[in-house]
Amino acid sequence: MTSFTDSLIELLGGLAWVPENAAGIIFVTVSVLVALPVFLFMTLNAMVAVYMERKVSAFMQDRLGPMEVGIFGFKGGKRFWGGIGQTVADAVKLLGKEDTIPGEADRALFIIGPFILFGAAFATFIGIPIGYGLVISDFNIGIFFVIAISSIGVIGVILAGWASNNKWSLYGAMRSAAQMISYELPVGMSLLLVVMVVGSLQFHDIVMWQEQHRWFLFHSPFTALAFLIFFASGVAEVNRTPFDIPEAESELVAGYMTEYSGFRWSIFFLSEYANMAIIALMSAIIFLGGWLSPLGGLFRTFNLEQSWYFLEGPWWGVFWISIKAIALIFVMMWVRWTWPRLRPDQLMYVAWKVFIPFALANIFFVGIWELLLG
Amino acid sequence: MLIDYLPILFVFVLAAGFALAALGATHVIGPKVKSQVKLSVYESGVDPVAATHTRLNVRYFIVGLVFIIFDIEVIFLFPWALIFRDFVARSPFIFYEMVFFLAVLLVGYVYVWRKGVFEWE
Repeated sequence: MTSFTDSLIELLGGLAWVPENAAGIIFVTVSVLVALPVFLFMTLNAMVAVYMERKVSAFMQDRLGPMEVGIFGFKGGKRFWGGIGQTVADAVKLLGKEDTIPGEADRALFIIGPFILFGAAFATFIGIPIGYGLVISDFNIGIFFVIAISSIGVIGVILAGWASNNKWSLYGAMRSAAQMISYELPVGMSLLLVVMVVGSLQFHDIVMWQEQHRWFLFHSPFTALAFLIFFASGVAEVNRTPFDIPEAESELVAGYMTEYSGFRWSIFFLSEYANMAIIALMSAIIFLGGWLSPLGGLFRTFNLEQSWYFLEGPWWGVFWISIKAIALIFVMMWVRWTWPRLRPDQLMYVAWKVFIPFALANIFFVGIWELLLG
Repeated sequence: MLIDYLPILFVFVLAAGFALAALGATHVIGPKVKSQVKLSVYESGVDPVAATHTRLNVRYFIVGLVFIIFDIEVIFLFPWALIFRDFVARSPFIFYEMVFFLAVLLVGYVYVWRKGVFEWE
């Protein structure tokens, strides 16, 4: 399995004008080159997701703006393209805002906070493949890497809340930290089951296993339960409704983001969308067969020729994984505009008294399942 | 390979660079009207009362402690899960081992539950 990084190193090393023994320079160049696609992907993802959220909320709650705003006089049909200018309008508005740092804030930490959250959200993407071989670095500790890097974000949240020197921010940050760490446990335990069955932490191995056997969602009742726990906990880790206690606008104003304005605030906003994409992609890869076509298994059973593998191949893989991830992101938005938020005590109840015991029992039952049937 | 981890650093730098550039742009485009009132702490429109960094509810810290314990357990479980498949084909001993480990963990979990750590309000 060659990753994007490996291929680039090979390519650069093979070029005639690249001097011999320039390994160090090649490494640095490659690292810079591979950072760009991640960055582009994330920016694109944020733009599309913001537009999508606007539209979904507009359809669900009959909001006017996202149905109407045009761009350069192009309004399109009201239903789908209407409101295409909303994302641009948002970006321009955020860029045109004054950058304020409260007088009493701890300036250094106030500035660093959002950067840590943002950087962590971006760095996670290095390990996540979006197709066969389409990964920046194919870590052999894939799942572990994603769990580790994505939990750095909590530090940014705490720093931001503490440095703001604002009571809303501080309480929001404390709640957020308690929530994020509580829901990290069920996430880790649900992924553990997959590692047990596959015997590898690498994303490619996990998808390969699903290609040979079946999607993890359908593997056993316990892995299906693990998917539900993983997805719900993931939504909670991203701090989205109904788990948005940290930024509960009716009680905590905006939680840890209260004192942030303009583009500093939108860094938080971008990280939220990045984290949503991470959870959706992780669920798609680990439980929903990643870049495998949902039709693939069906056609393979008919023993058709290679060319009849319907809608399969490297680029169709990107299509399928995107469809799965977007469907999951849509579910997150759907949930957001449908259910009210939980109370903090209910939140802790769900994490510690429901998800964790079920996830622990799941480890046990999957062990038995593999012992008897595996 | 260790080189695989180098992009992490650069992505961090690029993310920070993008954020800094955008912040720079807001400094150029955006208004710059500072006032005493604007720079004061936001507390729903009234003057701030009392210090912010006071004592917080101990529940947050207890949850933090319990999290660390359980998270380390989960990290211990990962190496086990990784070799589970290969070993279980030969003998189910590795499974019983982990059942014992989980049982020990369960005792701690029940203790924490009974002590009311998960009771909020």
